Amino acid sequence: MKKPPNKPEQRSNPGPFPSASCPLPISEHKEILLGHGSGGKLSHRLIEQLIIPQFANELLNPLHDGALIGIDNTRLAFSTDSFVVDPIFFPGGDIGRLAVHGTVNDIAMCGARPLYLSVAFILEEGLPMEDFRRVLESMREAAAEAGVRLVTGDTKVVDRGKADRMFINTSGIGLMIEGTDINPCSAQVGDRILISGPIATHGIAIMSVREGLEFETEITSDSAPLNGLVAAMLDVSHDIHVLRDPTRGGLTSALTEIAEKSGAGIRLEEHSIPIREEVKGACEILGLDPLHVANEGILTAIVAPEAADAVLAAMQAHPLGEQAAIIGEVVDTHPGMVTMKTHVGGTRVIDMLSGEQLPRIC
Amino acid sequence: MKFLDEYRDEALANKILSEIRKVVTRPWVLMEVCGGQTHSIVKYGIDRLLPKEVELVHGPGCPVCVTSLEMIDKAHAIARRGDVIFCSFGDMLRVPGTEADLFTLKSRGADVRIVYSPIDCLKIAQSNPEKKVVFFAIGFETTAPANAMLVWQARKMGLTNFYALISQVLVPPAMAAILGSPANRVQGFLGPGHVCAVMGYREYEPLCKRFNVPIVITGFEPLDILQGTLLALRQLEAGRAEVENQYSRVVRREGNEVALNLVNQVFEVCDPKWRGVGPIPQSGYQLRAEFHDFDAERIFEVSEIVRQESGACISGQILQGVKKPHDCPAFGKSCTPENPLGATMVSAEGACAAYYTHGRHLDP
Amino acid sequence: MCLAIPGKLIKIDPTPDGVRMGSANFGGVVKQVCLEYTPEAVEGDYVLVHVGFAINIVDEAEAKRTFQLLEEMEQLDELNTPADNSEERNG
Repeated sequence: MKKPPNKPEQRSNPGPFPSASCPLPISEHKEILLGHGSGGKLSHRLIEQLIIPQFANELLNPLHDGALIGIDNTRLAFSTDSFVVDPIFFPGGDIGRLAVHGTVNDIAMCGARPLYLSVAFILEEGLPMEDFRRVLESMREAAAEAGVRLVTGDTKVVDRGKADRMFINTSGIGLMIEGTDINPCSAQVGDRILISGPIATHGIAIMSVREGLEFETEITSDSAPLNGLVAAMLDVSHDIHVLRDPTRGGLTSALTEIAEKSGAGIRLEEHSIPIREEVKGACEILGLDPLHVANEGILTAIVAPEAADAVLAAMQAHPLGEQAAIIGEVVDTHPGMVTMKTHVGGTRVIDMLSGEQLPRIC
Repeated sequence: MKFLDEYRDEALANKILSEIRKVVTRPWVLMEVCGGQTHSIVKYGIDRLLPKEVELVHGPGCPVCVTSLEMIDKAHAIARRGDVIFCSFGDMLRVPGTEADLFTLKSRGADVRIVYSPIDCLKIAQSNPEKKVVFFAIGFETTAPANAMLVWQARKMGLTNFYALISQVLVPPAMAAILGSPANRVQGFLGPGHVCAVMGYREYEPLCKRFNVPIVITGFEPLDILQGTLLALRQLEAGRAEVENQYSRVVRREGNEVALNLVNQVFEVCDPKWRGVGPIPQSGYQLRAEFHDFDAERIFEVSEIVRQESGACISGQILQGVKKPHDCPAFGKSCTPENPLGATMVSAEGACAAYYTHGRHLDP
Repeated sequence: MCLAIPGKLIKIDPTPDGVRMGSANFGGVVKQVCLEYTPEAVEGDYVLVHVGFAINIVDEAEAKRTFQLLEEMEQLDELNTPADNSEERNG
């Protein structure tokens, strides 16, 4: 039974940029900054103030992980994602593997079965052929593992220095799973927030191979295709209201977006959020907050309370959800905001960063 | 993680909070000196767990916030040079100077690199003999031993392409300035735990006597802060004013003598300008004469620049604990971490930034 | 300021130019640290590390003592939760 999405409400104290009706001119930033790509506030503002107004339509506006399209009697999900990660090879994966997983997961988060991908490469002049071959092989394996087929593509080459070795875009289509209605506006008061595994692993894996921040311990990215896990969850219940894989911007970005779009409040419990011990150690040394660190192989699900235990059990029975946990619930006390009960029982408001999180010494 | 997780225990936190509620009979104003302590307080919501009689105001213990605009502009002038590799802690990357910040300069082609440890710069200097490698050596006393070792090793290795831009500041003179101000409201201090791990706490004893304020040297985890607060309140309620050491697992009265020895060989005391506060005598370190060859400020001849800070910014009053971020009309509106108007918003540790990042501007 | 984290010293290695370095384990992450300022530190000690330098050894006896003081404090309500829940929380 389709529930009408909650109307997003204005916060009582909306802060400087409450919505697309922000009066501040976009010329406040005369150039694109790195922060505009970090998944935080700058990214959201760029989309809301510059991009959406150009293309606004009922299919784009929900700004879900993918667009849900009806053609005749078929419901499709359609998504795209670009990958610019540097370095292109890192512990636990590479840019190709990420590129396949990224779009597979976006489609899965719409409650759809991903079927076909396209891939477009932008290669930097001078990229070793062997590196390209390795990436392609990795993509082939990742696609096979996810059960999707690469059916069309494109390759371009740019001058040396114009593309950090390579950029990849993947786009994909999938078939909506019957009986589901998953979108970020649908969180309801009382719903439980579930997570499929430990946070911050991927972001720390990437950071740990950046110059100057190396560790002697290898932390491997947890990048993985989540469509199998999603299918297992939907097999057990269709009372899953929201699915999101928290990539750039971390768990914070994903949940604050959902809270805003659903017009509901989210309250988390810090001690229930799973994190690997070595990832936590790395965050402590570098002064990073794991809630803002990028993830790849995990998802959050917002589930009706009566279905939460069953969905959790289904997740824990799946290899990618062994450490799944309930980390919070949707509340009516602070619509549009995310708060967290901290380890010592205090309350902290969780908000997106404006740009990328940097290591600190202070 | 040992020596970390057990200091985040909720049951013990509640115990200390009950004790605090028993002890307090009237309002008190305490200041935590360190930005890291401010961060912890806001991150764990500690100030909101305390009884309303206890007010925590935030001190100037954020070396990023208090580095003068002139020094930032000098750093940027050096970083812009084509023959320079500019190395910095992550904290300084987004601090805006008069024009742009290191992050932006990097995107425009400057060779700016984040380092975790100062001695990473030595390898960079050795691997890039044709470039001048400059390290932005900021910090309070906690970082002085690392910065001192860096310069010491550079000299020992005979490096001729390495320089340090020094912006080292000291806590006790800042506390004295705060206490000596007629607008001062602070009645007790949570002293800087890691600064004292290096320096010891002998120099806080005269401050304590002179101004008759309790100073409890405190750690950074929630239980440390709560315990430090309790100890300070007990003193205040009993009319005592002493230096107490809550953080005894790493702080000793004499500090780390080996570290102090090297710091004193490399640095000498000077009179820097504090952003938002002005010059405080004897409140910083500069390189001693025998290390002047490594002093980026001298070698690069960056000219003195005098800047006007934004009129809307009340950082100075926030750093001295006289006002809170919410008292500022610009907080969260025209002044945000993306568009900081002044010292306390520029750094992740500044009171305004800590408040903003932990959503205090969104208070329901 | 002054982000400093305790790590367990698992290795001390002298390097050719004589700077005392070692490796410390922070919850499973091992990182190089400079041990010049903790000349008396031995393997197994916990050191407090700031920007890659051990600035002091953690006094475990003192830590235990202060922690015991905390645990012995009276509590208004009679809840008796176990003190160390770190394993449960960070699974």
